[in-house]
Amino acid sequence: MRRDIVTSVIGIVVLTVLLGLVYPLVITGVSQVAFPGNANGQKVYVDGKLVGSKIIGQSFKTPVLDKNGKPKEEEEELVTEADPRYFQSRPSATEGGAYNAAASTFSNRGPNDKVTEEDDAENIKAYLELEKPYDPGLTTARIPVDAVNTSASALDPEISPANARIQAHRVAAKRQLSLGVVDDLVAKYTDSRGLGFSGEPGVNVLELNVALDRLSQGKT
Amino acid sequence: MTFSGWLTIILFVAILSALAMPLGTYMAKVYGGERVFLTAIFGWAERSLYKALHIDPAREQDWKSYAKSLLVFSLAGWLLLYAILRTQDAFFVPHALNPLAFHSAPWNVTFNTVSSFVTNTNWQFYSGETTMSYLSQMIGLTVQNWLSAGVGIVVAVALVRGIASRSGKSLGNFWQDLVRTILYVLAPISVIGALVLVSQGVIQNFANYLTAHTVTGLTQSIAMGPTASQLSIKMLGTNGGGFFNVNSAHPFENPTAFTNLFEMLLVLVIPAALVFMYGRMTGNRRQGYAIYGAMMVMFLGAVVVAYIAEAHGSPAQHAAGLNTHVIAGSGGGNMEGKEQRFGIAGSALFDVVTTVTSCGAVNSAIESFTGIGAAVPFANLSASETIFGGVGTGLYSILLYVLLAVFIGGLMVGRTPEWLGKKLEAKEIKLAGLGILITPLAALFATALAVATRAGRASISELGKGPQGFSESFYAYLSQANNNGSAFAGYTGFIQPNAGNVGSHGVTFADILGGLVMLFARYAPILFALAVAGALVGKRVTPAGLGTMRTDNPTFVVLLIGVIVLVGALTFFPALLLGPVVQGLTGHLY
Repeated sequence: MRRDIVTSVIGIVVLTVLLGLVYPLVITGVSQVAFPGNANGQKVYVDGKLVGSKIIGQSFKTPVLDKNGKPKEEEEELVTEADPRYFQSRPSATEGGAYNAAASTFSNRGPNDKVTEEDDAENIKAYLELEKPYDPGLTTARIPVDAVNTSASALDPEISPANARIQAHRVAAKRQLSLGVVDDLVAKYTDSRGLGFSGEPGVNVLELNVALDRLSQGKT
Repeated sequence: MTFSGWLTIILFVAILSALAMPLGTYMAKVYGGERVFLTAIFGWAERSLYKALHIDPAREQDWKSYAKSLLVFSLAGWLLLYAILRTQDAFFVPHALNPLAFHSAPWNVTFNTVSSFVTNTNWQFYSGETTMSYLSQMIGLTVQNWLSAGVGIVVAVALVRGIASRSGKSLGNFWQDLVRTILYVLAPISVIGALVLVSQGVIQNFANYLTAHTVTGLTQSIAMGPTASQLSIKMLGTNGGGFFNVNSAHPFENPTAFTNLFEMLLVLVIPAALVFMYGRMTGNRRQGYAIYGAMMVMFLGAVVVAYIAEAHGSPAQHAAGLNTHVIAGSGGGNMEGKEQRFGIAGSALFDVVTTVTSCGAVNSAIESFTGIGAAVPFANLSASETIFGGVGTGLYSILLYVLLAVFIGGLMVGRTPEWLGKKLEAKEIKLAGLGILITPLAALFATALAVATRAGRASISELGKGPQGFSESFYAYLSQANNNGSAFAGYTGFIQPNAGNVGSHGVTFADILGGLVMLFARYAPILFALAVAGALVGKRVTPAGLGTMRTDNPTFVVLLIGVIVLVGALTFFPALLLGPVVQGLTGHLY
């Protein structure tokens, strides 16, 4: 028994140093040298300003201003509306505003929950209001599920290609670009399946939107 | 459902089997004391650890001595982890390792978390990026990811020794087994795994949380941290406690469909390899193949049901008018709580991989799974870790079931049951029976207590109405009893501490009950497994006769599956009916 106690006490300390300090620090050291971009979160800069991480989704809505020209708030959250010049990300369930990447969370909406149905219906309505003027053939049955269902992390950086192709109509019209040009950009920022067979293809919304801005700036 | 979805499942199983077989052979050599290629590199480290820790590897331990070492070591780990987590914001913690100055979680949450990580459960009543400092994640949680995995594996090794031994009382030496597990099995795979994950986009840094100014004029705060080092061992050790709140759904914790596959392989490779190791160590590889076959049949059954159910979509989606079929450019299905890059197949497969094992990591929200889709993780947990199971835990769990199956088979043909030449007598059957029944007992008793009391129901989320609320509670205690750690995450038991970081607030009842369930359902089966090993180790081996029932042929595989399904179904079916099954069958909205 005494032997076990001695070995346990020394063991837990020694192993904590080895596995809790040496191991993570070695991995950090190697990662920072070999893969600095990845290890630090694949930051995306525009004009030298940090606009986000390539693999963390974000909101492309703008703050709604009140009568005094100040950003409107409800229940301590900014009121926002979709910026029609940008592709829009999936619905996000984080608190403190959508796409709060300091507090990821599931929506935890059940499959047989009336709230889930109401949220889906609300998201469908908003999606149709935003996209239908530019894509007249759009019906509820054509809306891809990812466009109205919240993601798992609430930080999904991607949307489905079908979702992007619908939004392309609006973005092209708002930016006075041809649909073909926008569709080409969508294709360019579509990640294919892992190893060619695993998962689903997805369009990286931040990269796509930043590329659109670059394209529009180049034109003017 | 898509072709690529089915292909993912098939290729995953093929790659897993191809990796697990050689690893099993390798592990048999490691625990048999043979030289392996890593001996040249780690031999000196092994010897210096023995010296530093006052370990005498030549000391042979019987089952009681082995169990005593294990319990004392686990207690030491528990106490240190509690101390670390409760002093998270103490003066001696450097600011760089707690950049957001997080306070410690209160005692009740900490009791639950500590019990959870020491028992390989990794149930989380806290949210990583809003509660834990980098230092706590590293020297606290990561360390227990290693050690709890190691403890599970050595118990399995000891049991196999007890079964295979030809004479004597010794089950080996706990300390030697633990050191070898860490050095020769976990360390090499975990280090390589972590670097592969970083190369694919998992973060590994000590930076402060980023503040980004988005192109539409919003600001976004982005959590950072040493993620890859913890993630790698979290998967490999079937721990499953996420660095971030949403676990492997977080893009920093699972950035691509490739990492999704890679993480699933890390989870299953050791539990699968241990089965092959068992075959080698008993001197008959077919014994291992038979168990692997039984596990794989049940595993594939679970995957197929989950994939079909999730691809079908949920009643709520259909009521809202959504089209959940596959269309050009969209995989359809129940995408509520799922990530685009994994799709339905990648989410369903991951869910099954982490709920058959004791991993419990998630890449999608189980609470948002359809009724039948969620019945799959329920059923996986009801099988008490016999379908691969946690590292070590899985092997010793299914070996207890094998013993039971041999006994039942013996009853059917009317002969004294024999297993690998050893006669099974009342003592072993009693011990194995108790070992098997303890986990379901803990799960059902705790669930009953939680749904029958007001303090227990306080943890049910606002959205958890009707059967969903029962599912949340049942899943919580089923998961904790199986040391799994996945959750119907609405059952959080704490108020999400976003603003101002005030630490997490526990619901004391759920914290304490859950913590006790985890400790009880971890150590009681371990003691029974070791006691079985102790009862078997000294038995004389008699050569197999004509009447001996074989345990390495398809008939036995069917019998084994039958016993597992029967025990699981008889125990859990009534409770399952009240939760996921009623939702899956009726499509009624609550």
